[in-house]
Amino acid sequence: MSSENQESEAPLESGEEKQQDSQEKDANPVKSEEAKLKSKYPNLGQKPGGSDFLMKRLQKGQKYFDSGDYNMAKAKMKSKQLPVAGPEKGLVTGDHIPTPQDLPQRKSSLVTSKLAG
Amino acid sequence: MAGVGGGNDFQWCFSQVKGAIDEDVAEADIISTVEFNYTGDLLATGDKGGRVVIFQREQESKNRPLSRGEYNVYSTFQSHEPEFDYLKSLEIEEKINKIRWLPQQNAAHFLLSTNDKTIKLWKISERDKRAEGYNLKDEDGRLRDPFRITSLRVPVLMPMDLMVEASPRRIFANAHTYHINSISVNSDHETYLSADDLRINLWHLEITDRSFNIVDIKPANMEELTEVITAAECHPHQCNVFVYSSSKGTIRLCDMRAGALCDRHSKFFEEPEDPSSRSFFSEIISSISDVKFSHSGRYMMTRDYLSVKVWDLNMENRPVETYQVHEYLRSKLCSLYENDCIFDKFECCWNGSDSAIMTGSYNNFFRMFDRNTRRDITLEASRENSKPRAILKPRKVCTGGKRKKDEISVDSLDFNKKILHTAWHPKENVIAVAATNNLYIFQDKIN
Repeated sequence: MSSENQESEAPLESGEEKQQDSQEKDANPVKSEEAKLKSKYPNLGQKPGGSDFLMKRLQKGQKYFDSGDYNMAKAKMKSKQLPVAGPEKGLVTGDHIPTPQDLPQRKSSLVTSKLAG
Repeated sequence: MAGVGGGNDFQWCFSQVKGAIDEDVAEADIISTVEFNYTGDLLATGDKGGRVVIFQREQESKNRPLSRGEYNVYSTFQSHEPEFDYLKSLEIEEKINKIRWLPQQNAAHFLLSTNDKTIKLWKISERDKRAEGYNLKDEDGRLRDPFRITSLRVPVLMPMDLMVEASPRRIFANAHTYHINSISVNSDHETYLSADDLRINLWHLEITDRSFNIVDIKPANMEELTEVITAAECHPHQCNVFVYSSSKGTIRLCDMRAGALCDRHSKFFEEPEDPSSRSFFSEIISSISDVKFSHSGRYMMTRDYLSVKVWDLNMENRPVETYQVHEYLRSKLCSLYENDCIFDKFECCWNGSDSAIMTGSYNNFFRMFDRNTRRDITLEASRENSKPRAILKPRKVCTGGKRKKDEISVDSLDFNKKILHTAWHPKENVIAVAATNNLYIFQDKIN
């Protein structure tokens, strides 16, 4: 965006052009952000902010660990590699078998709060 | 710009800061809720570790008239502990989502605290006397043989060091399938509501084994789910009225006299959207993270990602006032989506006279808006401005072009330093601001 001094010195035409440009930018910062996002993640849901978010939100905290499934999977896949937890936080898909290492330790904070210190 | 929250000469000063100065913040120490009680003498905080700390304001002393009452620790207790629901394979966090005080009715103080699943009523009481002079036990503490006791000695109440005890009086459990986001005490002082993503329940404070479901927006087919409940609050004076906000940026006002189930709203508040500005982000940033009635009961305020809106309860089609909190973030939505910040839930609050409102932002900034003068101010909660009674300097974010001295550019903002929770004393210009693991208390300048 040009500074005020520049605009007053420049001839009227280019001043108007500059104004138009910055107006377009102002009007569509969100659109350009959207384009940026779509170019990074082309497969992002068709429905903007739809069910995917809500489902993820509703399922917060779900952690599955079934020792039976885990041991069977280990036995079955002795030769193949066990599917490992993805980088997504807590996202559990059908194929993924959580391992004890994946599940975060459930800490208990029975220590006095530092605010009271 | 001075003048927000009070008269023209008004300025905010640092008063106190609580919490550790560690660079490495333990998750459990992150403050998750802040709430003054009805008189403002008590200030409660809840954290991710399930702990509640209550501060009490010291009586103003004649020796130091210039220092307004300071808040010191009154009581601290473990409200909730981590749990595991084995049936659903669900980890239940101990994080305190909300604390709400009950109006005081006797010497004890009562508050409701909730995590994702369970609400608890805590009684905080003082003990400053102890009965002494029993002749029922030996020197070594063993009970004496009753036949050996020949005289009747009535114990005498003796003063002792003040002990503040917190005990859970009621546990309201098993009524929420989804995560509780709000609790609100009704003006009848007998009931309260609790809201999760899809349902709202009405409880009686005395009854723990039953609650009434008053709102249920769960669709028959979950694939059709389009919106969730984000916040709910009881009207401050009309005990039959409550509101709830949604992830789509709408607010519904319901009247419990209309029916047992309030699925049909009495009023529906929504600001029409400009179709040309619709984008992938529109719905996400319109999601309301907090709704608060004014003390007068005539207005309500909603917070969405970029703005705070004040609504007149008599006008449903648009807010009467809109305040931009951090409009400069509009050009950063892509990265804010990628780092999940776009989903941050900021709260908002009114001052005691409803003339000013406050909400938090990033970089430990918080914003205040004066509804009368239309002036706004950005302040920062930081250890650097923490000399006693130091006046807080207004901050400014520069949005492009030349950055003036003392301004900070949008790209330099620290998005990990978020102020999500703030509270305003019900009567005075004293505010509490939670900055991650630290609690700041600011007050107006004396003189």
